[in-house]
Amino acid sequence: MNPTALRAEFPLLRRRPGGQRLCYVDSAATSQKPLCVLDAVRRYYEEDNANVYRGVYALAARATEEFENARAAVAGLIGAEPDEVVFTRGTTEGLNLVAASYGERVLRPGTNVVTSPAEHHSNLLPWQQVALRRGAELRYVELDADGRVTPDAVAAVLDEDTRVVALAHVSNVLGTVTDVDRIAELVHARGGVLAVDGAQSVPHRPVDVKALGADFLAFSGHKMCGPTGIGALYGRRELLRQMPPVYYGGEMIEEVTLTGATWKEPPLRFEGGTPNIAGAVGMGAAARFLQDVGLEEIRRHGSELASAAADGLRGIEGVTVYGPKGHRDSAVVTFNIDGVHAHDVATALDTHGVCVRAGHHCCQPLMRHLGAVSTARASFYLYNDVEDVRQLLAAVRDAREFFRRVAG
Amino acid sequence: MSLDDVYRQVVMDHYQNPRHHGHLEHPTLSVGLHNPSCGDQLEVDLLVDADGILRDASFDGQGCSISMASASMFLDLIRGKSVEEARRIAEAFKDLLRKESADRSLLGDLEALEGVSQFPARVKCATLVMNAFEQAMDRLESKGGDKG
Repeated sequence: MNPTALRAEFPLLRRRPGGQRLCYVDSAATSQKPLCVLDAVRRYYEEDNANVYRGVYALAARATEEFENARAAVAGLIGAEPDEVVFTRGTTEGLNLVAASYGERVLRPGTNVVTSPAEHHSNLLPWQQVALRRGAELRYVELDADGRVTPDAVAAVLDEDTRVVALAHVSNVLGTVTDVDRIAELVHARGGVLAVDGAQSVPHRPVDVKALGADFLAFSGHKMCGPTGIGALYGRRELLRQMPPVYYGGEMIEEVTLTGATWKEPPLRFEGGTPNIAGAVGMGAAARFLQDVGLEEIRRHGSELASAAADGLRGIEGVTVYGPKGHRDSAVVTFNIDGVHAHDVATALDTHGVCVRAGHHCCQPLMRHLGAVSTARASFYLYNDVEDVRQLLAAVRDAREFFRRVAG
Repeated sequence: MSLDDVYRQVVMDHYQNPRHHGHLEHPTLSVGLHNPSCGDQLEVDLLVDADGILRDASFDGQGCSISMASASMFLDLIRGKSVEEARRIAEAFKDLLRKESADRSLLGDLEALEGVSQFPARVKCATLVMNAFEQAMDRLESKGGDKG
């Protein structure tokens, strides 16, 4: 894998803010887009655009074929069958769909749903709210000192009344990787299902839903080099078949009468209304692009850069690095400059052409666990290289010097 | 874009040595504002007398240097002034950050935050205290209106 050559495929990375090289290290928020994805979206609109499933003319058949090819490409990325992949707007919608359809059906007083305080709000709020509506108990797994969700901690809160366990595969704050396959065994042994937030894992490492044992897996197109506004939800076929639709409208019905209706089989049952066809085509192109680069290569490259950045940051006096010590297994590094608010850090880095995320990362309970109000986060991807690490470290050193100086 | 334009000595001084930090014993009213995008939290206590003069003001909270410095500067400035004057100061400051013509004579130390206008994402940090103040005054006036 050649990150310098890959970087050239991302037009946005040619920008030079204030005449400086752009160091984009906020890919956990959203990734940049390669030419092959931009071209696929444009080609779809220029050559194949029509509504899917509806038209009888050849053009409509081509649009439908493109849409279904994209579904197959996304399914291929995660080792699923195409009919187990529902197109959504993104991870948030996927997780909400599972909570609103599956959760609403299986949760009731006396049952419980398990999640962790380290979840992104999009994997915490849907469960918190469906539990409140259904009178079910919401249980939290206790995090270990490094902020990890361990299989032992999950086992400690599971029981026969657990219907759903909802956890992130990779934390968007700490980059810690959850042992999903072992947790899946524990959950299944108790008769529950495991819903996985794959927003930070699917773009960055090989993910095979069957090997993981995930019953649901939600992820976003825009974090994996695809367009915004498109994502996918994998659901085990038997589960999807039991689930009622959440959105009612066109193209999700078998038959409608004035007093009732029957639904199509999944995945179309969950895709009422005209879908984001161009977005799906772009996400399909992104899935193929990632597979061409190689997911294992991407994982190794991201971990190496994050490990180098974490080591470098630890070496700067007055910088705190959060999360596990030693080698990083993901592409995320979270840190603070002591005595300087993360937003001030991010503004300072911005003047060096360095884009990092600062704030609570939509994870307020985890931030409380870490004892931090806000942190700065650098996250790497396939188009970053050692030069990005150097630029980040130089900017952090400068920022620390600057705030030392102005704070007298 | 220059950091020196934003993080001037006077800004960092207000951040590190905030004036009027803490809570008033008997505030006329208190208002809390939260900036959900960054987690900044600010509580402002105000003591307003019957003539509409701001007798005392204080703040508590946590946030970036810009939001905390602007709270310190603004409350320092409005103490002893009328509610109307304080509203004009808040407006003048917002004009300054919108790069519109502003009455600088009203602004005191706040003028040192002008550089924030170069960083659009940070304008909401700088104006958090003004938004809290305006919300408090709107509430006070609607209460007064009920009485009348």
